[in-house]
Amino acid sequence: MARIKYFQALQNAIQSEMERDENVVLFGEDVGESGGIFSQTRGLYKQFGSCRVRDTPIAENGFVSAAVGAAMTGLRPIVEVGFEDFLTACMDPLVNQAAKLRFMLGGQVTVPMVVYTFGGGGLNAGPQHSQSFVSWFSQVPGLKVVLPATPADVFSMTKAAVRDDNPVIVLLSKKLIGSSGEVDTDKNNFDIDLESAYVTDHGDDVTLVAFGAMVTAAIEARSKLAEIGCNAEVVNGCCANPYDIATIKTSVKKTGRLAVVHEAHLPCGPGAEIIASLVEEDTSIFKLPPIRITPPFAPSPFAPNLEREYLPSGESIFRSVSSMLNRHS
Amino acid sequence: MCPDIDDNSILAKKLYHNMLLIRGFETAAAKQYRDGNMPGFIHLSLGQEACAVGACLALKKEDYITSTHRGHGHCLAKGADPKLMMAELFGKSDGYCKGRGGSMHIADPSVGVLGANGIVGQSLPLAVGAALTAQVKGNSSVALAFFGEGASGAGVVHEAMNMAALWSLPVVFFCEANRYAELSPYETHCPIDKISQRAASYGFPGVTVNGEDVIEVYRETEKAVVRARNGKGPTLVEAKTMRWGGHYEGDPQKYKSAAELENPQSFDPVAFFEKNYSADYGISASDIRKTYARTEKIIKDAVIFAEKSSLSPSKNIFNDVYAP
Repeated sequence: MARIKYFQALQNAIQSEMERDENVVLFGEDVGESGGIFSQTRGLYKQFGSCRVRDTPIAENGFVSAAVGAAMTGLRPIVEVGFEDFLTACMDPLVNQAAKLRFMLGGQVTVPMVVYTFGGGGLNAGPQHSQSFVSWFSQVPGLKVVLPATPADVFSMTKAAVRDDNPVIVLLSKKLIGSSGEVDTDKNNFDIDLESAYVTDHGDDVTLVAFGAMVTAAIEARSKLAEIGCNAEVVNGCCANPYDIATIKTSVKKTGRLAVVHEAHLPCGPGAEIIASLVEEDTSIFKLPPIRITPPFAPSPFAPNLEREYLPSGESIFRSVSSMLNRHS
Repeated sequence: MCPDIDDNSILAKKLYHNMLLIRGFETAAAKQYRDGNMPGFIHLSLGQEACAVGACLALKKEDYITSTHRGHGHCLAKGADPKLMMAELFGKSDGYCKGRGGSMHIADPSVGVLGANGIVGQSLPLAVGAALTAQVKGNSSVALAFFGEGASGAGVVHEAMNMAALWSLPVVFFCEANRYAELSPYETHCPIDKISQRAASYGFPGVTVNGEDVIEVYRETEKAVVRARNGKGPTLVEAKTMRWGGHYEGDPQKYKSAAELENPQSFDPVAFFEKNYSADYGISASDIRKTYARTEKIIKDAVIFAEKSSLSPSKNIFNDVYAP
């Protein structure tokens, strides 16, 4: 085990997968000699050379589409799209090509590729550098979408994504780039299930399902809730497409109360989907009406005080959950 | 090296045969569509046969093509099976895509056809990706991207050409300038006479050829393929051609002149070959009759195969959404 940072876990995962399989290549803006805007690809260019690690022009549509063509013909590309907001520039290769080709061509091809990107708020990056698009990609059959919440998640999920024969979008959190955690970086031959959620902290009174950076916020909220005698269970949702309803259901069956927290906006988000699928099956699972905790329906603001208020936090999750409990007590 | 076309009558006969195969396939598809046997909509390449054939016969089996919404000819010329293609156009279970793709998504990776594609312009970066694979793996495959002059205004075309030049990738960009971008004539969307002029801005060669002349198309594409295979990077080949029909089958073509509507066959690669080359390559009137008969039989069998194929079963909705 080693204590490493979130961005180092990404670098370590890419490095070990490139060492393991020579068909794995890395490209994107500034991933080469410069080592990436957050140092997330430091050393890879030197180790693997300019054929397997390439700086691209600023052309997300073109290079993500090229990754699709490369994946169809025998490579396993890892592609960096620096900011999640820029995924709008490569929606066609992701949604119309990568996601559909296997289905559309009668199962004749696989598209094993990974697109990782840094999203979400917390760095005062403003409305075009802070968004979460997880809801959009959850709508697309053929894609897998994961949101690592810890360095250990980053390491294992990135490696599992590279080994997966489907296009996987890894939505990393900018806010967590410098966060640290224990990671077993020697672990190489594990067989991680990319699509499983897991319980980070057990509890009996309320289930907090959170994605990406919101897991940390939910854990903070759990501490505050404990002070008022509420023992919350935190579920790291991990994967939004497909989502692990079984793990969530097991928790909600125990607690009877649910709050879903994410950085994507409220309408048609993971929270809406999770709650709807539980309700459709059995309304009696809930002792109280479930709630969703998300940013307000507005673009992400720049000013630090505004962004703090905009994003769900440990404090705001605590307030929403205790209000849910009080409203119905 | 590819064989020299000047003294290769076997290759010339194959070029001619494949043009007739495409002519036959598209003519049969038009009839089946009119008769109501083909769902959705189809885009035919009648008039453009020399482009598909001349370009694809300059490639080897292990080379790749990426195609467009008007892709039947490309797929046939690269070696796709007309039976499986026709079955796909019928939406049947034996089709290349099991009825899930249709006309715009015919693919056969076993012969290097990475797929027709319904999104205009995306054939180029997909080919760039296939060429990247060839370069990283160090094999000698070349990727050829078909596109139309209508796609040439799309941003992703620039992105693809720029990357291919930057990395000297083994790719050929093959533009079929068929005079129309969907329903819009060339002049309404393109400010230059020749798309091939754009190559200069990326620092690779661009050439414009007569798309009625399959020998010329073959010769120039072959040069581009050899250049790509030798690690010299991309070439843009533009063939000036003509789309006999509308954008889609059933298009009333109100944007065309009366003269062009009345006589689209004024531009005919098959007739051009018969008139200008059959004697040079020792192709007799009897050979011509036999080639017509042989290709007609292949297409007739393809239609019968498609008719007899069963409807795609419901389970095909759920299969292959994800790889296992």
